[in-house]
Amino acid sequence: MSYVIIGNSVAAIGAIEAIRKVDKEINITVISDEPYLVYSRPLISEFLAGQVKEEMMGYREPGFYEKNGVTTKLGKRVVAIDSAKKSVKLDNGEEVAYGKLLIATGGTPFIPPMKGLGKERIYTFIKMDDAKQIDALVPEMDHVVIIGAGLIGLKAAESLHHRGVEVTVVELANRVMAAVLDVDAGGIVQSALEKAGINIVTENTVDEILGGKAANGVRLKDGREIRCDAVIVAIGVVPNAVFAKESGVEVNRGIVTDNHMRTNLPDVYAAGDVTEGPDYLNGGNRVIPIWPNAYIQGKIAGLNMAGVEREFTGGLAMNSIELFGVPVITAGLSNIDSDDLEVLTKIENGNYRKIVLRGSTIVGAVFVGKIDRAGIITGLIRDQIDISSMRDRLLADDFGYIDFPVELRKERLGAVAK
Amino acid sequence: MKRVYAKEEVCIGCRLCEVWCRTEHSRSKNIIKAHKSEFPPPVSRVLVEELMPVSFALQCRHCDEPECVESCITGALTKDESGRVVYNEEKCVGCWTCVLVCPYGAPQRDLERKKIAKCDLCPDRDTPACVEMCPNQALVYEER
Repeated sequence: MSYVIIGNSVAAIGAIEAIRKVDKEINITVISDEPYLVYSRPLISEFLAGQVKEEMMGYREPGFYEKNGVTTKLGKRVVAIDSAKKSVKLDNGEEVAYGKLLIATGGTPFIPPMKGLGKERIYTFIKMDDAKQIDALVPEMDHVVIIGAGLIGLKAAESLHHRGVEVTVVELANRVMAAVLDVDAGGIVQSALEKAGINIVTENTVDEILGGKAANGVRLKDGREIRCDAVIVAIGVVPNAVFAKESGVEVNRGIVTDNHMRTNLPDVYAAGDVTEGPDYLNGGNRVIPIWPNAYIQGKIAGLNMAGVEREFTGGLAMNSIELFGVPVITAGLSNIDSDDLEVLTKIENGNYRKIVLRGSTIVGAVFVGKIDRAGIITGLIRDQIDISSMRDRLLADDFGYIDFPVELRKERLGAVAK
Repeated sequence: MKRVYAKEEVCIGCRLCEVWCRTEHSRSKNIIKAHKSEFPPPVSRVLVEELMPVSFALQCRHCDEPECVESCITGALTKDESGRVVYNEEKCVGCWTCVLVCPYGAPQRDLERKKIAKCDLCPDRDTPACVEMCPNQALVYEER
């Protein structure tokens, strides 16, 4: 009986570290189609910007695998799971037997149908190799069109701008980061981007990628054409679960798991961006493709795989990003209109603070500019604390434990923190 | 493991903990130079919260299962065998994810270095500077 993990990013590491807390003996095998030891995926934008070198991108020290008794099979893709035989099949025909299996294959870029796909110089931006390909072309690029003004698209835009490449971002919504930011917050971020020199085209989309063998422009929905040297598609990611589905794993949008990160197949677990796991605030299951959620799901899966029962309390959407010196933090239901939600906001000199309440608990928050200690609010969301007594202070920049009811403060600060 | 705990009943909000924390984490470890001439200036890892008449000092709680460690995108934050949450400044890129997730608001943004600063329990001392230098013994360093 051995542990097999498909995927080698943060959810896999969360699982390895959790398994090794309770089981120091049984071998763990990690299989990944990427040829790299675990690296920080979010850092590909810093790499492309020239601010972080490849050797500084390791998410764990190089000896991590050896120290944890992990065998790696890198550069190999799993093509099928045989749950009856309890083995996985690789693209080179090799079979690897498992006692417990974790699927942590992450997300894959979503590319909607549009004319002109299939040319050279059309990229996505989620992996090291994506960043390396774009990096190699930077000297010959004057102008890049990025489709999508979400986190990935905007980080790519900032990185290329740092390298002296002109960037145009095309976004279907009427503002940047529309999935998590309302009009006010989105406006602050968009102003900062435009002031820095990023071209942003909203309420528009790319109808066709132009060019011959290689992309050299785009035609927008409104007929306008923009010349460019490359196109980056950054609309979003979808769970990388096709092989799992074909192997009998229940997949909706992502791999459906219970609160132990179990799939429908015996001894097969899933964690990270590939999953549609329990959703903390809304109930039900939802794909929440963010880094912290992936680590925590990996940890929960790992503990359960190793025989320690542990429940996942549910994923909470949250993000922290800084663009051209403007930090932005969002947590929970940061941009949802609903009759049962009450919204408190404050805008002051380009700083924005928003708290979303459902009854007497916080369910969402946005901070732009002054983000310090935002985690106290995130914690109140996570623990669904009754905030009735501190309501009037929630928008204060110096909101803190001083505003907590004294018993709660003493309980939190006076004991060993969990 | 020993951790730092505040006694808010006896804290007078003098902020000397912040002063000595900055000094301890300065290059010179000299109280005058640390506050008058070092650039970038050292950032205090301990924060005094105050709404008179109550005040107390708060710093990294070195949680058992730290949200910051689980969420750090670069691996700059780890938990060592003694239980301390250890911070490798070289790996920090200032993404502020720990600021987003820490329920104590402990990681401080060091805007000059574009990195975070957080309590390291003063590895060069037996007792953290904030505890030792508190004039009213409003901070204790003990096992609980």
